[in-house]
Parts: sequence; C-alpha cells; structure tokens
Amino acid sequence: MLDTTFYSLFLSIFVGVAAGYLGSLMVLEKMALVGDALSHVALPGLAIGFTFHFNPFLGAFTFLFVSAAIIWHIQRVTKISFEALVGAMFTLALAIGILLYGEQLDALEAALFGDISQVTLLSTAGAAAACIIAIVLTKIIYNKLVLAMISEDLAISKGINVARTNLLYLFLVSVVVALGIQIVGTLLVGFLVIVPAIAAKNISPHMRRYSWLSAVFGAVAGFAGVLLWSIFGLGITFPGPMVVFVGIAIFAATTIINWRLKLTS
Amino acid sequence: MAEDSDYILKVSNLGVKLQNQILLDHINFNVKKGTTLAILGPNGAGKTVLLKTLLNLVPHTGSIEWTEKVKIGYVPQYVAVSDIPMSVREFLSIGNGVDVENSLKKVRLTDNSILNKRLGVLSGGQLRRVLIAWALNDNPNVLLLDEPTTGVDMDSEEPIYLMLNEIKKTQKITIFLITHNIHIVQEYADNLLALNKCVTFCGPAAEIAQPNIQRQIYGETVCVETERGEN
Repeated sequence: MLDTTFYSLFLSIFVGVAAGYLGSLMVLEKMALVGDALSHVALPGLAIGFTFHFNPFLGAFTFLFVSAAIIWHIQRVTKISFEALVGAMFTLALAIGILLYGEQLDALEAALFGDISQVTLLSTAGAAAACIIAIVLTKIIYNKLVLAMISEDLAISKGINVARTNLLYLFLVSVVVALGIQIVGTLLVGFLVIVPAIAAKNISPHMRRYSWLSAVFGAVAGFAGVLLWSIFGLGITFPGPMVVFVGIAIFAATTIINWRLKLTS
Repeated sequence: MAEDSDYILKVSNLGVKLQNQILLDHINFNVKKGTTLAILGPNGAGKTVLLKTLLNLVPHTGSIEWTEKVKIGYVPQYVAVSDIPMSVREFLSIGNGVDVENSLKKVRLTDNSILNKRLGVLSGGQLRRVLIAWALNDNPNVLLLDEPTTGVDMDSEEPIYLMLNEIKKTQKITIFLITHNIHIVQEYADNLLALNKCVTFCGPAAEIAQPNIQRQIYGETVCVETERGEN
C-alpha cells in the first residue's frame, strides 16, 4: 500500500505537469470543456481493457485518440464546430461504456473516479516517460499553435501545417488524459486540464509565465490531492475529489491575487 | 513601356470557386516592383480572397507568377489576441534571432515599455503597428496588408500609411493594400485594382478622383478587360 501511494504521488506530479501544460493551450483555444468531454470518450476503452484483461490505459488511449482523429476529420470536412462534435461523440462513448460495464459496478466506479490501487513501479515509470515526451513535443509546437489561434491564415502563410500540428496536439492530449484517468477518473480528469491553466491565467501577464505556472499548479494539485487523500482518506477509495479541492483552492487564491493586484489588466 | 523584369507579379486569368460559388473570375493584372497596389471594392468583392490566393492559401485556376524569389509578409484583417496572455516581446520573438527593439523602431514605436504589454491591451493603432513589425521580421520584399487600419481611430490612420510609405521606399518593398478609403488610395497607392468578383478597374491610382471612374467602380458592376503589362 505504501509503495502504491508513493508511486501514485510520483505519477500525480508528472501527470499534473503534463495536463497543466497541455491544458494551457486548450484553455486558450476556448476548448476547456472539450478537454473535459473528451475524457469521457475513454470509458469504452477502459471497459474493454477491464473485460479482456489488458492494461485499461491502452484501451482508454486508443479510444481517445481514434475519437479525436475522427472528430478532427469530420470537423475539417463539415466545418461543424469541434465542441459540438465532441459533445456528440462523448455521449455516444458514455452510452457504449455503460453498456460494456453492465453490472460490474466496482469497475465502472474505478473508471469514473480513478483507481490508483493498480499503480506499479513499471506503470509509473512508463507514465512518467510518456508525460515527458508529451511535454517536450508540446513545447516544440506551442508557438505554432498559439500563432494559429491568433490567425490561422497568418500561421499557414508562415509555412505552418496547422491541421497536422492540431492533430499532433490532440494525440498528445489523448495520451495525457488517458494517464490522468488513473488518478482522478474519467469524470474528473477534465479538471486537471482546465483548472491549473485558468488559475495560471489569473496571475500571468505573459505567455511564458502562463505556461509554466499551469504546469506547476497541475503538479501541486495532483501531488497535494493524492497526499491529503492518503493521510486523511475521508472514507473514499479514490483521490480525485481531493485533487479537485486543492486545485480549486489554488484557483481561488489566484483569483483573489488578480482581483487585488490587477496583474492581467 | 515597362520591361518584363520591372514586374514582381503577373496574374493571368485567375479564378477562385469555393462550394460552387464564384469568388473571383477572370482576374488579370501585373504589379511593378517597389510600388503600392491598392485593392478596392465593396464587401464580398473578393479582396481578401485575392490576398489569400496570392499567399497560396486558396485553390485557384489561372496563373500567379512571381517573377523573382519573393518573401511575403502578411497582415490579416482580424486577429484574435484579446484572450491570449502573450506580450508584445513574446509575439515579436516568434521566429529565431529577432531583435525586438529594432522591430519596434521600424514601425515607429519608440517607447520600449510596450514590449511588456499584453497584445490584448494595446490600442488599435499600436496593435496594427506590432502586426506590421511582425510581418517585417523576415525582411520580406512583398507586404500583403488586409485593411491595415481596422480598429484604428481616424486620426491614427494617416500616420500608419505614412509609415508604410517610408518602409516601402527605404526597404524597397512592394505593397498590396486592401482599403475602403479613396483618400488613402489617392495619397499612398501607385496603382489601383478595383474588384467585384471580376476586375472593375485597373490603372493608376490617381484616376480614382475622376467621377466616371468612381461610377465604374461603385456603380453597376461592369467587368473590364485589362491589358497585361499596362498596370
């Protein structure tokens, strides 16, 4: 149990940094709720992993990325907004996921709220490596994505392949969301993508500070949430709610700082 | 009579059709190096589509022939900066080895404290100058400006065009400029291309002062045949 808690704390730092960093772009794209809805798409993948006894993370990631790629393609062809398509896809996935879980309510609960009892040294090391790769690749495309947000034509005129860059970003988000599901579950993983970023935005006059503060707040929320849960427990079997409470406390603090110091005006 | 080498761009029989709608049809014009071409026309005339087509962002028929290796700087009409916490310094630094203070000087922004401001809090005029500075970062020889004074108050418009005129002369840049302002066309453009999906006028900008030319541009659309090489 001690080992599992130790690995979970370690995992929560890496996943928190990656989710916060990648989430900073999602919030700027005004796709915060897309990140949240997208996480629910993982549910059928988790159910298939659980039913056929392979790593649920692989099932979650596969469903996330395939869904994201389908949405990305339909959006390019039909010009229907990304969030509307994610809305349709996530409710479909939720329906399929609940069907697949059937009466296995414990497994469904673990998928919805997270399950760190299965975290091992190997899975933690693998997740940490995946997070580092996701962060490095996102750093490489960060400015390109921001430029495309400012003006897609401007970005394309500078030779940036905006469609391909967005697809890579969606792939990386899928990886990080799938990893985050282990800690906080599909219902709460959107939190790790949204709240650290909006807390950072509150006190960041510049992009550089915004992106690294998002990563730091993600790590603090993840680590402190899992730590508080492991100490106090509060009778719940998953750390997700504690992670959310710590994150919201950070957001509240930054909101007050912004209100008092007018840092972003 | 101008020689072929005097031209930087030759456009022949250009057409753009998207989703079964004709956006540009049978467009012919040439542009001389180091000149300013104003592009004028009513809303929906295809002015922005033309600039995007010149940037190769839009599928088209006909030919667009740049006569030498061109490096294009582009300033779009609309940019979404209000919600992005990016400072002027960070924006101008996108790309390698940019001397941001020198970039500001080029667009006559002398107060370096602007570098630490967020793009979203700049005035309309400051933002336009910063966008132009960014477009100039790569030392382009062609500048495409889509209504470069959008969101700028009337008093600040003229200084921006004066600045562009100076940049054109000192850096030998060819400027393509979309505008709705006839005064700007007269004062700062060498040639005028009036569009309404087809070319309604193509010739010296000074001719816009003539009432019959204005009727030709703003009256009932009559497409004109332009002779290559005579713009």
